[in-house]
Amino acid sequence: METVHQLTVSPDFTPDHISGWYVFNTWLQRNLGLHIHLEMYDSFEAQRQAIQADRVDMIYANPYDASMLVREKGFRAVARPLGIADECVIVVPAESTVQHVEDLQPGARVASTDDPDIRLVGMIMLEAADLHKGNIESVPVDGYVLVAKALLQGRADVGFFLKDAWDGLSNAVRKQLRPLVTSQISDIQHAFLVGPHLAGSVEDIQGLLVRMGEIEKGAGVLESLGFQGWEALDHEETEFMIDLMDTLKAE
Amino acid sequence: MLKDMHPADVAGSFREHHINLYGLGPRKVLVTNEEIPYPDGKLIVSRTDTRGIITHCNQSFIDMSGYAREELIGAEHSILRHPDMPTLAFKGLWDDVQAGKIWHGYVKNLRKNGSFYWVYATVIPNVRDGKVVGYTSVRRKPSRSKIGASIELYKQLKQQEGSAWQGPEA
Repeated sequence: METVHQLTVSPDFTPDHISGWYVFNTWLQRNLGLHIHLEMYDSFEAQRQAIQADRVDMIYANPYDASMLVREKGFRAVARPLGIADECVIVVPAESTVQHVEDLQPGARVASTDDPDIRLVGMIMLEAADLHKGNIESVPVDGYVLVAKALLQGRADVGFFLKDAWDGLSNAVRKQLRPLVTSQISDIQHAFLVGPHLAGSVEDIQGLLVRMGEIEKGAGVLESLGFQGWEALDHEETEFMIDLMDTLKAE
Repeated sequence: MLKDMHPADVAGSFREHHINLYGLGPRKVLVTNEEIPYPDGKLIVSRTDTRGIITHCNQSFIDMSGYAREELIGAEHSILRHPDMPTLAFKGLWDDVQAGKIWHGYVKNLRKNGSFYWVYATVIPNVRDGKVVGYTSVRRKPSRSKIGASIELYKQLKQQEGSAWQGPEA
């Protein structure tokens, strides 16, 4: 029986690009000659359980999970998207009296998804106000639209958004909200990782991704993902990104 | 070897200090009272080899330090050493990272033009094949209350200086 390999995508994907990932899966399957099944998990926890159970063979991972996948599960990072960085926007209701992060007080209600790198970067930016997980009230929600809703309904004082998700909100919603600060980290990005079961195909997969724009139908797939292209990641670049994440995670 | 600071690079009136950098000898630094606020949302990232020589720095490092990338790569990280920082404050850093641990601390850094900026720094050892090959340092915006507490602490430590610590500076 033919082996079916599982591809998955970090659950912080933007809804506009869901169909793009299915198109990508078909394209990758055809060009690699492997049977690949795309599994889209609706939570980070569900995806982590699949990773722990060794069900995932390829993943477009957020930098927080990439660190765990490389160090603990033997994955190899092969490429990262061009022109996409994981930045966090801290947002308040438009009429809020808070003008700067430093105006926030202990007890502030903070709405966030379970997107680990955005929550991490968001909390780092709140340190300037002496806020930490021990003196805020966490308002967990299941998606970025719900972060906006929590702010609009007065259930949260401040919210964390992935910049792409913030940019993707409708004008009508964004007009009722106000960004306080946007991170400018740029060294932290999602990456495409290949698990140990496909170790023998790492070079093929990397080559395909890097040349994607030149391969038949590849340019259209890139467009549907919202990427300009892929850039190869070497071992040391991966280690550097992991070191960087480790410094940010350290408490 | 770090060059002495030059008056032509410094804006306005300044004080002259001579600091002794471990393994490098004395350096004349020129300091002003101007504080540059840490920019919101940015991280300063750098890497050094095991001797503290800068091998990588990002644009935020360049912007905040006031040095050009060419001046930073190959220079000792102690190019940022401000005379108000007690030598003892760095002992923990070197003890921790050389032992393979993570270090955190509040640091007053000196800019090329004599002004300064405060950071909250995290330094981790870069381990490759079981060996420490260098260090990664990430600096972020500290709160004013933590800066105030650090000013007090470092004043006291400066007064106590002359201790046994003779290690390299950060």
